[in-house]
Amino acid sequence: MNTLIAITGLGVFCLLFEILNLRKAIVPITIIGLLGVLAINYYEFGSTASYHDNMITVSKFSTAFSSLFIVLTIFLVALSHNFYENHPTKISDFVAIKVFLLAGAVAMVTFGNLAMFFLGIEILSIALYILAASDRLNLKSNEAGMKYFLMGSFASGIILFGICLIYGAMGTFDVAEIHESSLSAELPIWFPIGMILMIIGMLFKVAAVPFHFWAPDVYEGSPALTTALMSTLAKVVAIATLYKLIAALNFIPSLDNQDLLGTFENIVVIISIASMTVGNIMALRQVNVKRMLAFSGISHAGFMLMTLLTVSTSAGVLLYYTTAYALAGIAAFSVVLYVCKNQDNEDITNFHGLGKTNPLLAAILTGSLLSMAGIPIFSGFFAKLFLFNQTIQAGYIALVIVAVINSIISVGYYFKLILAMYSKEPNQERTGKPFLIYAVAVISITLNIILGLFPSLVLDLLN
Amino acid sequence: MNVSLILIILLIGAFATYFAGDKLASKVALFFSLAALGCSIVLLNHFYANENISLIKAWITKPNISFALNADGLGMAMVLLTAALTPIIIFSSFGNDYKNAKGFYALILFMAFAMTGTFLAADGLLYYIFWELALIPIYFIALIWGNGDAEERRKAVVKFFIYTLAGSLFMLVAFIYLYQKAGTFLIEDLYKLNLSASEQLWIFLAFFLAYAIKIPIIPFHTWQANVYQKAPTVGTMLLSGIMLKMGLYSVIRWQLPIAPLAAKEYMDIFIALGVAGVIYGSIVALRQKDLKKLLAYSSLAHVGLIAAGTYTLTIDGLRGAVLQMIAHGFVVVGLFFAAEVIFRRFETREIGELGGIRTQSPKFTSMFLILVLASVALPGTFNFVGEFTVLYSLSQINIWFAVLGGTTIILGAYYMLKMFQNVMLGETNSKTFADVSVNEGISFVAIIAVLIFFGFYPKPITDLITPSLETILNVINKN
Repeated sequence: MNTLIAITGLGVFCLLFEILNLRKAIVPITIIGLLGVLAINYYEFGSTASYHDNMITVSKFSTAFSSLFIVLTIFLVALSHNFYENHPTKISDFVAIKVFLLAGAVAMVTFGNLAMFFLGIEILSIALYILAASDRLNLKSNEAGMKYFLMGSFASGIILFGICLIYGAMGTFDVAEIHESSLSAELPIWFPIGMILMIIGMLFKVAAVPFHFWAPDVYEGSPALTTALMSTLAKVVAIATLYKLIAALNFIPSLDNQDLLGTFENIVVIISIASMTVGNIMALRQVNVKRMLAFSGISHAGFMLMTLLTVSTSAGVLLYYTTAYALAGIAAFSVVLYVCKNQDNEDITNFHGLGKTNPLLAAILTGSLLSMAGIPIFSGFFAKLFLFNQTIQAGYIALVIVAVINSIISVGYYFKLILAMYSKEPNQERTGKPFLIYAVAVISITLNIILGLFPSLVLDLLN
Repeated sequence: MNVSLILIILLIGAFATYFAGDKLASKVALFFSLAALGCSIVLLNHFYANENISLIKAWITKPNISFALNADGLGMAMVLLTAALTPIIIFSSFGNDYKNAKGFYALILFMAFAMTGTFLAADGLLYYIFWELALIPIYFIALIWGNGDAEERRKAVVKFFIYTLAGSLFMLVAFIYLYQKAGTFLIEDLYKLNLSASEQLWIFLAFFLAYAIKIPIIPFHTWQANVYQKAPTVGTMLLSGIMLKMGLYSVIRWQLPIAPLAAKEYMDIFIALGVAGVIYGSIVALRQKDLKKLLAYSSLAHVGLIAAGTYTLTIDGLRGAVLQMIAHGFVVVGLFFAAEVIFRRFETREIGELGGIRTQSPKFTSMFLILVLASVALPGTFNFVGEFTVLYSLSQINIWFAVLGGTTIILGAYYMLKMFQNVMLGETNSKTFADVSVNEGISFVAIIAVLIFFGFYPKPITDLITPSLETILNVINKN
């Protein structure tokens, strides 16, 4: 609760910077502020409490994921300094929007009431629409913002419709009350229908197949930093919220009660397989790195959806997977931001010879791609290991084999980028070593490796 | 004092090499690889004194993964092979000038680290991690410092990487499945599992995919020749000298004892695949025009025989296989080094363009001849001991396996001697061939000394490996 208040306060504070003319100091001060928020959040960890008539319920799950979101936001804010160099007058707006986005994200995992959940998702989405279209004079960015807005508001509508049906079935928005009455014998059929509609809406935000069509275009058109935000923070928020929705509303036992569980599990398996496969196969053909990472994100969404098959036990695994994925994503995107600064596009040709001109950043990008591909000792490997372990335990060995085959396919496109960096001749000179980009890249890949060496640090948080 | 010390030395060595800068890198790397060799010899003494040099520490609690390194005779033999070959391989590269040498030598040491870890790991997942880690350095070594056309090299290396990764991922699934049954990844607990015949078959096949690609066994060998040819000689030595032994070692350590029923049931098929590799490799080697490719195919033939030996599930087969693994490791490194020595002087590996070296460089000729003869298993060389034991074990299973496997000696003698004739003998070549330098000589002499010493007196190695092989055989035969 305090976390949410502190974040919102920080956001307002960021807006005031404009008036006080402190633009230059905004990035460091916001980072310090967010570190403070992280400390507050840390003290809330382990306590369970609910506030304001159950509007907000703080749990281990919510605080752990909130910490992840805050850390990711710190990285993204640090990257903004360099990214908005050419728009110095707007930087406070952009930073403030990111902080508000974080507020929405935290609300989405702390909700105790479906109204709060919807509030969170709208705060997050509107901030994302703005950021997607934030490169005002660029046609592609406008297109991305418009596309995302149209599709996103449609998804929000579906979610809202789902919430209405649940209200109709239960007579309440309160999550705890719904949880209680979800096992009653004469449950109207529109409770599962409403849930499915909400899940569809969330799958849209996660960009799982077949609700993924917006992702590549929006990722490519948006400014690179926004793409970084969408593919790391926004995706992680969406999947965590989806997980929490299903767990908190007691959806699985309620389905089991009505003999619908098998159908639901089949749907999850199909969506998961489709996301992995479509994402990977499409990614193989991309030449634009942002688009490639968008498709890779779709396939990772497929992996993360596997946790929905074992909702009662896999919270820790999901936290670990999302952390590993997001840290690798941040490291990769910070290199992309460095390489593609002042370029018209993010084509793979820009990365030629990076291994020679800038070995450190090339090594970091290699590391993050290896992590995403699931090669030890990076945490991406352990994420997949724990996920596969969990899923085989639940008896879905065929799904795991499909996932393994997909991991092999994914190596194909991750290595395309690595090959471009190491085996092609450099075609451009890059000058300048922006400190913050280097710092973010080094810290995030180091965290990634540390989590690989000591997975228990994160994995055991939610047990 | 325990075996983790070797790993620590190699890992620190890799970092130290990288930070030593391009000029010092090769010397620092040599120093650390020799330190690792020294350390493994000291540990061998501790091992002989029956001291406990194994290590087991809890690492991840859930799922239950431990950092377990176990040194038995088999593991120590493989560690010694790695520790002895690494300095030779590093030293053999002293005549070459590599761009970005610090990265190159750091990767070599890192690879030695990962391979040593693979030979020592006693926890399935730890083993898997080392196994995968060994793949990354060789990928970059072959890609960045390799030779030939960049586009072709890229294709060959990527194919190699995806192939091997694909195989090992199925092994990972098998390990996870075993974990569900046993609740632990520790090897002794996996040995104790009672799996049904069909479960064993699936696990055996998942392991087989990983190992058959790595070794390589027909029909999973298609990556091999191209990568051997395109990789820098150091990379080829690492691949053929040590890395493919990882696959053979793993067959003995993991595949056979965990799934013995499947191994017994389908023994004929797997021996036949190995023997098929012998014949196929030998015949293809006959027609090679590139020296490195010829050696690659001869290597395919030899490891096919070793693999056949392991699948006999007899003590002779296993012992012969391990002896031959070590012998082949040394001889193949020597042969690839000879190819490199020729390349340094003539800038070509085309057999047709060579010849007439004997008159210019008798020293090199005699050393090369010894290596060639060792490779065709002439009595008195280490390879004879290994190959003969393997053939003997094959004859116990079925005489025809031994007959067909024995063609490795006949065909091997044919293509190796023909190669030797074309490369070394004949008219004096118009280009001058400088005699071997002192540095090159040291590498050759070290390898030849090992081959001949153990050829006459293999007992130390036999004594080292036999008890642990017998233990493994007991596990295989318990049910």
